[in-house]
Amino acid sequence: MTATSEQEPSALYDVPGPKARKRHRIFGVLATLAIAAILGWILYLLFDTDQFTTAKWRPFAYTGIQELLLRGLGNTLKAFAYASVLSLVLGGVLAVGRLSDHRPVRWVATVIVEFFRAMPVLVMIFFVFVALQVQALPALVTGLTLYNGSVLAEVFRSGVNSVDKGQREAAYALGMRKTQVMVQVLAPQALRAMLPAIISQLVVALKDTSLGYLITYEEFLHAGKLIASNLDYDLPFIPVVMVISPIYIGMCMLLSWFAQWVSRRQRRDPKAKAAAVTRAEPGGLLPGER
Amino acid sequence: MNVLTDNFSTYGKGFLGTVELTVYASLLALALGFLMASFRVAPVASLRFFGTAWVTVLRNTPLTLLFFAVLLGLPRFGLVLPFQLFAVLALGCYTSAFICEALRSGINTVPRGQGEAARSLGMTFGQTLSAVVLPQAFRSVIAPVGSTLIALAKNSAIAGAFSVTELLGTYRTLSELGYNIIWTFVWIALGYLIITLTISALFHLMEKRWGVAR
Repeated sequence: MTATSEQEPSALYDVPGPKARKRHRIFGVLATLAIAAILGWILYLLFDTDQFTTAKWRPFAYTGIQELLLRGLGNTLKAFAYASVLSLVLGGVLAVGRLSDHRPVRWVATVIVEFFRAMPVLVMIFFVFVALQVQALPALVTGLTLYNGSVLAEVFRSGVNSVDKGQREAAYALGMRKTQVMVQVLAPQALRAMLPAIISQLVVALKDTSLGYLITYEEFLHAGKLIASNLDYDLPFIPVVMVISPIYIGMCMLLSWFAQWVSRRQRRDPKAKAAAVTRAEPGGLLPGER
Repeated sequence: MNVLTDNFSTYGKGFLGTVELTVYASLLALALGFLMASFRVAPVASLRFFGTAWVTVLRNTPLTLLFFAVLLGLPRFGLVLPFQLFAVLALGCYTSAFICEALRSGINTVPRGQGEAARSLGMTFGQTLSAVVLPQAFRSVIAPVGSTLIALAKNSAIAGAFSVTELLGTYRTLSELGYNIIWTFVWIALGYLIITLTISALFHLMEKRWGVAR
């Protein structure tokens, strides 16, 4: 592999000559050493503060603890499933509202979408949990649905708007009704183009299910906290983090990679030609948004 | 209405706490994000790898988990700092991953020919960077960086649940005092709206002043 093919072209650097390559190699060695030193220091700290003692890792061998963790994981996935299905529905409804030809409907939908996008999710979750006094799971799901539904509404809307104008005009010219144009022509193409952005938003929803921990919903992090604060196991805090975070981050990463895979696939697909396929980036800007 | 007037100092303290948290975490996120972006576009493979790993891991980490690990985990290493500092650390590191991606895609929007032209005029690397590439990249990153910082301000609410003084946490004090909980939340919501709309207006102004016409 040559030096140029390793990197995407950018305006910053020239193709390195022999001298620059040598310099880069020296920098590379130094950087690798520095990174290794940081990792070594973290490892030293872990050993120095006795994080690998049997007492701290013993709880994970018990089936009771394993079941507790699995139950927590199950609750996390349950909240995610409810929240994602409901926010897709809410997003669809709000997007229809925003694309409506009737001004009052459009106005109401816009206010709802803008308000819930500007509010922290946690404020909504706490509001439902504390002020309306509902159970933890419905409170979490409501908060996540309102926020992600509003974001998805914008995704759907910009998807429909990004479909090539000729498609709509051709459909109307064929004598199709408004609803037919939307359902049979625009929505399918918009959905294809926006699929990566939709999945990326679901990654956000999955990440935010961990907010349930703050309202004592018995999810994955909550289960971890229970184990971590147990004196019998010498407060195995770091071991719990070391067990929980790879699973949590791994789940989100899998979903993110799925979004990227879909994005690459759709880009090659001739059926998705009439609307530009979005990039799979969580929190990224939608086309046309500033 | 009297919820606000009676407890103006409580709300004020919470509001200032959120603003402080947002400002400090933003500065950390911008600095770290810039560093990571420079790693990600560097010609040195190991730095690129480090930057990519940083971004991939942090972007897929639930922020609550990060708060959990930083605020409750780092003290186990004997690192005892005020909770507010831990919160800034967690928020800043988390957001730096998003800032890094915004900056990197900004640098990638600068056409390759710009750098080549600068070099063929005899400009040094520093000159190319500071006079040609970064000014152009800056124009196209204003909007995405703005929306990232708005997300940061909203995420700072999580810190309140970890007993850092900030806006959302004020509801606990007020509900103990027996105030109407719905109105308590209305004023909290208004506080967040003020913060996010201010950031939004600020970046809108910058975008108008320096942004690229699209």
